[in-house]
Amino acid sequence: MARKLPAKDVVIIGLGWTGSILAYELAKTGLNVVAIERGPWRDTATDFPPAYAQDELRYAVRLDLFLRPEQQTLTFRNNASQTAMPIRSFSGFLPGNGVGGAGIHWNGQTWRFLPTDFQLRSHLEERYGKDALPADMTIQDWPVSYDELEPYYDRFEKLCGTSGKAGNIRGQKQAGGNPFEGWRSSEYPTPPLKQGLGATLFAEAARKTGHSPFPQPASNLSQAYVNPLGVKLGQCTYCGFCERFGCGNYAKASPQTCVLPALLRFPNFSAQTESEVTKINLDSTGKRATGVTYVDTSGEEWEQPADIVLMCAFSFFNVQLMLLSGIGKPYDPQTGQGVVGRNYAYQTTSSVSVILKDKILNPFIATGAHGMIIDDYNGDNFDHTGLGFVGGGYMGFGQTGARPIQTRPVPKGTPKWGAEWKKATAETYQRACSLATHASSYSYKDCYLDLDPTYKDRFGRPLLRMTFDFHDNELMMSAYLTDRLADIAKAMDPVEITASPRKGPYDSTIYQTTHNTGGTVMGADPATSVLNRYCQSWDVHNVFVPGGASVFPQNHGYNPTDTVGALAYWAADAIRTRYLKNPGPLV
Amino acid sequence: MNRISSSGPSRRLLLTSAAAFFFVGTTLTRARTLVGSLPWEPGTATPPVVVRPGPWVFFTADEAAMVEAAVDRLIPPDNRGPGGKEAGCAVFIDRQLAGPYGRAEGLYTRPPFMPGAATQGYQLPDSPAARYRTGLRALADYIKDHFAGKSFRDLASDDQDTLLKGLESGSIVLKGVKSAEFFALLLANTQEGFFADPIYGGNRDMASWNLIGFPGARYDYRDWVERHNEAYPLPPVSIMGRSDWTVKE
Repeated sequence: MARKLPAKDVVIIGLGWTGSILAYELAKTGLNVVAIERGPWRDTATDFPPAYAQDELRYAVRLDLFLRPEQQTLTFRNNASQTAMPIRSFSGFLPGNGVGGAGIHWNGQTWRFLPTDFQLRSHLEERYGKDALPADMTIQDWPVSYDELEPYYDRFEKLCGTSGKAGNIRGQKQAGGNPFEGWRSSEYPTPPLKQGLGATLFAEAARKTGHSPFPQPASNLSQAYVNPLGVKLGQCTYCGFCERFGCGNYAKASPQTCVLPALLRFPNFSAQTESEVTKINLDSTGKRATGVTYVDTSGEEWEQPADIVLMCAFSFFNVQLMLLSGIGKPYDPQTGQGVVGRNYAYQTTSSVSVILKDKILNPFIATGAHGMIIDDYNGDNFDHTGLGFVGGGYMGFGQTGARPIQTRPVPKGTPKWGAEWKKATAETYQRACSLATHASSYSYKDCYLDLDPTYKDRFGRPLLRMTFDFHDNELMMSAYLTDRLADIAKAMDPVEITASPRKGPYDSTIYQTTHNTGGTVMGADPATSVLNRYCQSWDVHNVFVPGGASVFPQNHGYNPTDTVGALAYWAADAIRTRYLKNPGPLV
Repeated sequence: MNRISSSGPSRRLLLTSAAAFFFVGTTLTRARTLVGSLPWEPGTATPPVVVRPGPWVFFTADEAAMVEAAVDRLIPPDNRGPGGKEAGCAVFIDRQLAGPYGRAEGLYTRPPFMPGAATQGYQLPDSPAARYRTGLRALADYIKDHFAGKSFRDLASDDQDTLLKGLESGSIVLKGVKSAEFFALLLANTQEGFFADPIYGGNRDMASWNLIGFPGARYDYRDWVERHNEAYPLPPVSIMGRSDWTVKE
């Protein structure tokens, strides 16, 4: 039997990016806020100081900062004819664990979606006709526009101190920035990072072939910066230990470096760590949440009553908790009815590896969001007429380092071990680089999340089950994008290039990204969305999913974090300025 | 005032006492409530613990001899530098298998165990330590049967290579062990040991980092990011420093 705690105004499930932003915004108004976090407290000095943060085995291979599958995992199958199997060790994607969540070990790649991404279905149908989209593709318009979200993108980027070069300030094109991006109200908070030789060679080749390269927007900071919360970030040292690592230099934006020092000062905020919320409790009408139940490490069960429940976990676990709590109608792929678990989507990446002659690239000098990029083939930035697919992505040189357990390029045909392998490894390391495409993953009727019938978590609750495979649209897109990237690679004067477009079936053991989206989609119509345009549950008005990637109706050709952060501020404003005055459905 | 309550011994105390050999998973930690300020405490970090030379911890003497011979074929010594044995790859694997990695700690190990598609990942209950134990035994038996009672270390290099290639392709069938999967595990761990920080027992004297030109744990390249096409001038450094930083007696 759960022991009941004194009531709070707001309970937040998960203290990562969205949880810490919402906590700050609501604690600021004087509300009593508690955040309940499954994993441990983490801070730079204790968990990843510069004395040993640069440990590839510990952090990148043994995954020290990540969610452990024994805590929570999910099951996976490519299609409904298979039996889903538990993901026993994470490798295809890596959910975070602990205070800061995935905001600790992300790369800092900070992208806005395109204005047309927010009107995806209506835009594509208008330009290419209704028949252009596959019948089972379930993409839909967002319930917010780019123009509405722009001020919130701006706020999140200022929170992070993002480094970059604007390409469009209030409609005025800016030389050196991304010419395809939506308008910005201001320049990036800090200037672009310096570039190494590989990125410079890519940019030259891209320009020569008629493209428009620009520095990747990075929340690894080019210079020291004080954010609007008064928290100071340091300068990035290009150490090459960003992806999968915490930053020992306070130079990568994270809840730790941007929000928590200010948040913890509020006496009306507290955090409960190593405690997992097992259920959102509803009243007898089922239309109002009364709080949450959580279990601490001793197995003790607690009930935390609250007036507002904010679901700020990683996308999968928002979906799982909603299904387990009976909020919203579960999605049925047979009928297409129901919404919770609908429109799971991912990302479609590919690569072109390049070996150059007689170059010293120093590939270990890097940041998580380094490099030069082109956006010519993202979204609907190019004419898709006759191509047979929709969607796209950015591409370029964005290597995040060359840590040698995981990055050791060799020429084609090299054996995997032995004398020849050793020689090739030694001779190739300094003159090889990897170019990549990072593209959209649209949603489909048969790609979804539900509860597994067999496998249980440590509390005896059903695991979430993922049913997902790539569709022809995405594979054709990847082939096209990878060909374009290979064309640019050929202009880099390579000795050898190897193009690897994405191929099916989707393999849960091969890392691509941790950009798992959908399942608690926001939308204008309750028949095709779980949340309204303010990220509020259609069914239980005091439950919000304020901005996690689970609210995306489909995934676009960019990394999700900037949009996640913008939506967190968007939802926080709606709660502060509208919901608190008049608690009830906002739409 | 720093108001931290804890429902048990503090996480940091637990970690410092439990982290005797290896870094420890979050599962040993305790729930706590944080209010009022950042809960930093001195002396509570969890640095890795250095692997010291010494007796085998996981391997038997025979197993160790076989693994040392194998890692020296996977990464042979040559004029570019030491091979897998001298670099400590077997020591690395031994210590890893004796620790949380070997025990599959933190992984999802609940039944039922059913065969799945390749896209669904590893679905057997055996931990890495168990896989080595059965894999090495099956390989030793195979060699005994096919090479007149010899063991792996007694074979000529060419025969050792032929055997390893047979395991890699799966053409050699071991009793009760999927040979290609076992080989893939051995190769992955060998290369981890060769390229990881020397603190874990492999990559002795930063052999692999010298081989490829990786500076290791330098952590600051601000002065070199725009020095295009110029070799980085400083030698590699480990988390525990360099041996030439230590005063020689």
